[in-house]
Amino acid sequence: MPDGSGLPEKSVKTACPYCGVGCGVRMAMQSDMSWKANGDENHPSNFGRLCSKGSALGETLDLKGRLLDPVLDGKNVEWPVALDAAADRLSAIRKEHGPDAIAVYLSGQLLTEDYYVANKFMKGFVGSANVDTNSRLCMSSSVAGHKKAFGADTVPGAYEDLDRADLVILTGSNAAWCHPVLFQRIQKARAERGMRLVVIDPRETETSKEADLHLPIAPGKDTLLFSALLKALSQSGALDQQYVETHTLGYATALARAVELAPSMDRVCEETRLRLPDVKTFIRWFIETEKVVTCYSQGVNQSAQGTDKVNAILNCHLATNRIGREGMGPFSLTGQPNAMGGREVGGLANQLAAHMEFQPESVDRVRRFWNAPHIATTPGLKAIDLFDAIDRGEIKALWVMGTNPAVSLPDADRVRRAMKKLELLIVSENMASTDSMDNAHIRLPAAAWGEKAGTVTNSERRISRQRSFLSLPGRVKPDWWAVSQVAQRMGYAEAFSYASPAEIFREHAELSGFENAGSRDFDISAYASCSDQAYEALDPFQWPAPGGLIRTHGECSTQTHRFFAEGKFYTPSGKANFIAPARPELSVDLSVTYPLLLNTGRIRDQWHTMTRSGKSPRLGRHKEEPFLDINTADARKFHLTQGELATVESPHGQAVLRVNLTDAQTPGDVFAPIHWTGQNASAGRIGALLASHVDPFSGQPEAKAAPVSVKPFQAAFYGFVMSTASLDMTNCAYWAKVQLQDTIGYRFALTSYNGKGANKWMSDLLGVSGTELIQSTDKSNGVFRAAHLIDDRLQAVAYLSPQNDLPSWSWLETLFAKDKLEVLDRRYILAGRSIDGAQDPGPTVCACYGVGRNTLIDAICKKGLITTQALGEQLKAGTNCGSCLPELRSLIGGHDKTAKAKAS
Amino acid sequence: MVEDKPKLVVVGNGMASVRFLEELMARAHGYDITVVGQEPEPAYNRVLLSSCLAGDIEKEDMQLRGREWYHAQKIDLKTGETVTSFDPEIRTLTLASGASLPYDQLVIATGSRPICLPLPGAELEGVVTFRDLKDLAVLHTVKAGAPVVVIGGGLLGLEAAAGLAGHGADVTVVHLMDKLMERQLDAPAAKLLKTSLEEKNINVELLAQSDYLRAAPGTDKVEALVLKDGRALPAALVIMAVGIQPNCDLAKAAGLTVDRGIEVNDQMQTSMPGIYAVGECAQHRGTCYGLVEPAYQQVKVLAAHLTNKAASYGGTYLATNLKVNSVSVFSAGQFEETAQTEAVSYTDPKAGTYRKLLIEREALVGAVLIGDTQDGIWYRNLIQSGEKISSMRTDLIFGETLANLKGDRGEQNA
Repeated sequence: MPDGSGLPEKSVKTACPYCGVGCGVRMAMQSDMSWKANGDENHPSNFGRLCSKGSALGETLDLKGRLLDPVLDGKNVEWPVALDAAADRLSAIRKEHGPDAIAVYLSGQLLTEDYYVANKFMKGFVGSANVDTNSRLCMSSSVAGHKKAFGADTVPGAYEDLDRADLVILTGSNAAWCHPVLFQRIQKARAERGMRLVVIDPRETETSKEADLHLPIAPGKDTLLFSALLKALSQSGALDQQYVETHTLGYATALARAVELAPSMDRVCEETRLRLPDVKTFIRWFIETEKVVTCYSQGVNQSAQGTDKVNAILNCHLATNRIGREGMGPFSLTGQPNAMGGREVGGLANQLAAHMEFQPESVDRVRRFWNAPHIATTPGLKAIDLFDAIDRGEIKALWVMGTNPAVSLPDADRVRRAMKKLELLIVSENMASTDSMDNAHIRLPAAAWGEKAGTVTNSERRISRQRSFLSLPGRVKPDWWAVSQVAQRMGYAEAFSYASPAEIFREHAELSGFENAGSRDFDISAYASCSDQAYEALDPFQWPAPGGLIRTHGECSTQTHRFFAEGKFYTPSGKANFIAPARPELSVDLSVTYPLLLNTGRIRDQWHTMTRSGKSPRLGRHKEEPFLDINTADARKFHLTQGELATVESPHGQAVLRVNLTDAQTPGDVFAPIHWTGQNASAGRIGALLASHVDPFSGQPEAKAAPVSVKPFQAAFYGFVMSTASLDMTNCAYWAKVQLQDTIGYRFALTSYNGKGANKWMSDLLGVSGTELIQSTDKSNGVFRAAHLIDDRLQAVAYLSPQNDLPSWSWLETLFAKDKLEVLDRRYILAGRSIDGAQDPGPTVCACYGVGRNTLIDAICKKGLITTQALGEQLKAGTNCGSCLPELRSLIGGHDKTAKAKAS
Repeated sequence: MVEDKPKLVVVGNGMASVRFLEELMARAHGYDITVVGQEPEPAYNRVLLSSCLAGDIEKEDMQLRGREWYHAQKIDLKTGETVTSFDPEIRTLTLASGASLPYDQLVIATGSRPICLPLPGAELEGVVTFRDLKDLAVLHTVKAGAPVVVIGGGLLGLEAAAGLAGHGADVTVVHLMDKLMERQLDAPAAKLLKTSLEEKNINVELLAQSDYLRAAPGTDKVEALVLKDGRALPAALVIMAVGIQPNCDLAKAAGLTVDRGIEVNDQMQTSMPGIYAVGECAQHRGTCYGLVEPAYQQVKVLAAHLTNKAASYGGTYLATNLKVNSVSVFSAGQFEETAQTEAVSYTDPKAGTYRKLLIEREALVGAVLIGDTQDGIWYRNLIQSGEKISSMRTDLIFGETLANLKGDRGEQNA
């Protein structure tokens, strides 16, 4: 808060709540008391850079839609009432059905301290390891691959390696959109040092467009490519025979399998759909380049053979000893801000705590440390199995924290149905309404980013503080407090008497070093006795940080730590394992009924289910609706038209998505984003389309290759509404919602308007009588439009047409910002465009400065601004976070006449 | 040689007549021209009578051409003269003065006269029509606040009502039908117009049948209009404005083919050679127009024809433009939906705006506008041209500026 000088000068260093890059953020209070996010120049993960999402954090802090009170059986109650009910009901279920009738489902968005307490509560005191997390959907194949090869879930390298490498391979990663700041770092190194970039991805993405070599691999065939690579490495000088012999096991078997899988280059090309010269170039570059980093993300992990893919990659780095050395190594890019922290505390069903599993000595060690006689002794159920057990009625009670399984799990409709069977559903949430809360018996208002305090770990093992800069609104409490309170009420007062996150962190750090002595990779016991002040001031640090190294604030090590350059793996033998992967095959083949393969992923400006990023109008305008990317030829084949709607079906469910024709999509493959939920679209939950086929080692479900069918959605009418008030859209066969500057925008489609006249239908939708509306009606053409004003101020507009030819939102948005409409504004509202010649800026490309596609095309074509620098100088586009630079380049490429002429 | 010039006589000196003369003067015509007008003054702009009554303009502002113009153009202008008959056989007119006037070509532009309802008491003092300067002089005598009744809620009646209201009278419009301007407006437009008039203190009585006019006791001066339902509407003055009737008695007597008006072809020729009719007295393709614009188009064709230029009049789409105390009304072409038409409408009740366009076979065939009428002429032209409007159909209702604006109308999604 202001210090009384009248000048707001509060600035708080924290960490971004979005992806696994883990950028440092400086939140600064502005003179109007709003908050602005800036990159923290001193944070070693981003050095001041932020992406479009991070830059817009200040726009996401309002309390709209927040859960602010505990709710018990549909009624707002005081905390003690809710906590008593939770404790009593959990105890009763445990008493009647045993501890395994209880489960908790956690999230990579939780802070380490929250995670630690929840894990300790379940595994140590409830006595069940039914603790899983949405990281199962995100990173668990990397975890399994790491453990199989290294004996521990260890990320060997650091971001610095991306600065120092001579070749970076991104596989299954659209880093330009999903890890934008890291991608900028790669781009910087390329510009400065000529580093090469190879992108392996079935899709053409904003990442692949920037690459020196794009390998548009057939979905699921990564293992073949890396087997061909291993085979070639074995016959090249790049093989480090001595390292292999000294520090690894299983090389011969793995190589034999690689030879078997990749008998010839032709076979590899045929199966991977790749061109022979491209594969040869890739292999040659890898052999020639010692400093090579292979980054992999969800394209590798979210697969029924994800662990094998990870191991096929690790094999190549182990064979060449390109691991744990500067500028080299395999590198898992985590999706969530604290997936790593969750793994560290053991928040997965097959982990116990602090990188320990369920070996008797580990169980015994943790039992003694926690003083938990009833500690779980065997692994619990992984996410998919866990929800199956709920469906079967074996799990009676579920506590969900900070995640939305009814959207994000595969076969999501079934998950939703299964959750209705629970005797007790507790949901700890920021938001008052999510798809997973429909049937919640107890809703606990959880502190959100900016309100809660603790630590997170990013992809490079760097632990940073998330600090609070907002007071707790309503009755909101941090999750660690809520869990501790329930635990205390269940009789575990002593073990859960925490007063602060610092106290939890110290215990977590102490456990990491407890009877460790170098036997476990995760050790931060140097912080086991850090003071509250030191915790408050904690600078970002990379683990390991074993005890004995006295670390206090200001003296922490800045030296980069890497693993495995000299072997010392965490397997019983101390040697790494080469793994022979299975033949890559899709879990379900295409069929006549389901002839297309659905790939899924993130988009640049949204995060997960949009509860935070969806609040920012800037971010919303990049992609306003759930969409389907489909190749032009496929669209023709299945009668889909650009901008119209498609019904996408799988054996498990259905979605209705806006069609986007793009030759970035290979024929036969389609792509849909994961972000839409039942809260912001009628049928945008992509999880509903996915089967729950899981990886045999990690239990991670396949999310990148679901056979689907597509057909046109038979819309009788297309429409949109912009309204200052939230509207009930359930009468629309299709709808999707997006937050705009002063209004909420809804796009919708109808199959009919239920027999009523369209004018009546519209006035019902807007909740205003027809005589209060400005209306235009072209009944024969089915074109209906309406606007609602109160005292010359615009409240809502609605447009309906049988054609998908609705006006742009851009000008209308400016009308909602006016206190009083001018005569000409009023006259043309229903036309949806102004006559003053102001150009429609089009969909947002640069989210930071709100620069639209049409504005940019105009600048390229008419003003001849044909470099990103020129566009930046004139329009500021791309000059802040840089996330849109690839899109700017492709716009220049597509619209500059001289560039076109050169290309042809 | 002067005597050898063919003689052209124009009967009538109204707006059509003077415009015809202007058109002719703009050409090399070679006629010896005489104009006979019944009113004492040379032709003036009758359309402005209501504005003059309301005090918006002066009487002088209504004048079209002064006597000196006729003189300069060597046109023999006879005002205050009445033609009593003419004989097509010998091509000679007879004037009320007894003089005869030979002609080679005769143009009848006698206009029309207000219909007087045959109500008991119609002859009383203070029961007038509103057609000419003589009527204006009577109406000017009305005192501010005096009750005045206008019979007729059509264009004429509303114009008179507007003029009187502007002059300060307490005006009531009495209309037989259930809506105002039923020949130009559909129900929503008429309703909105009524509301707007009432907001401007012009009372409107619909479905009101006049019974008789009552004289003030012991006088022959009108005191009230009594309706069939028994109500008496006090009136210091009653204006009958229920319609006009073409002046074609003269033509009829001469044996020309006359229906409602004098029948003419596309060159404005009557049934007899050398005789033409233009303006409100003429009936072209079954239509008698009561507006000045068709007359102007007709005289242009006639002037061309009489100077041996091929020209043809194909009719005018009816367009009504009315401004009543800042309430604008526009109507052109069809105004009621039929099985063949498609309607596009726009309503902004709070702004008093209503627009309806009728489309038939992809062409505009009718437009009704209340409140904001600035695009009326554009619509009228579209109706008259019959051009296809499909490509701008979505923007059409928002007017010319928008519909002609370049740029994408729609947005591609995603």
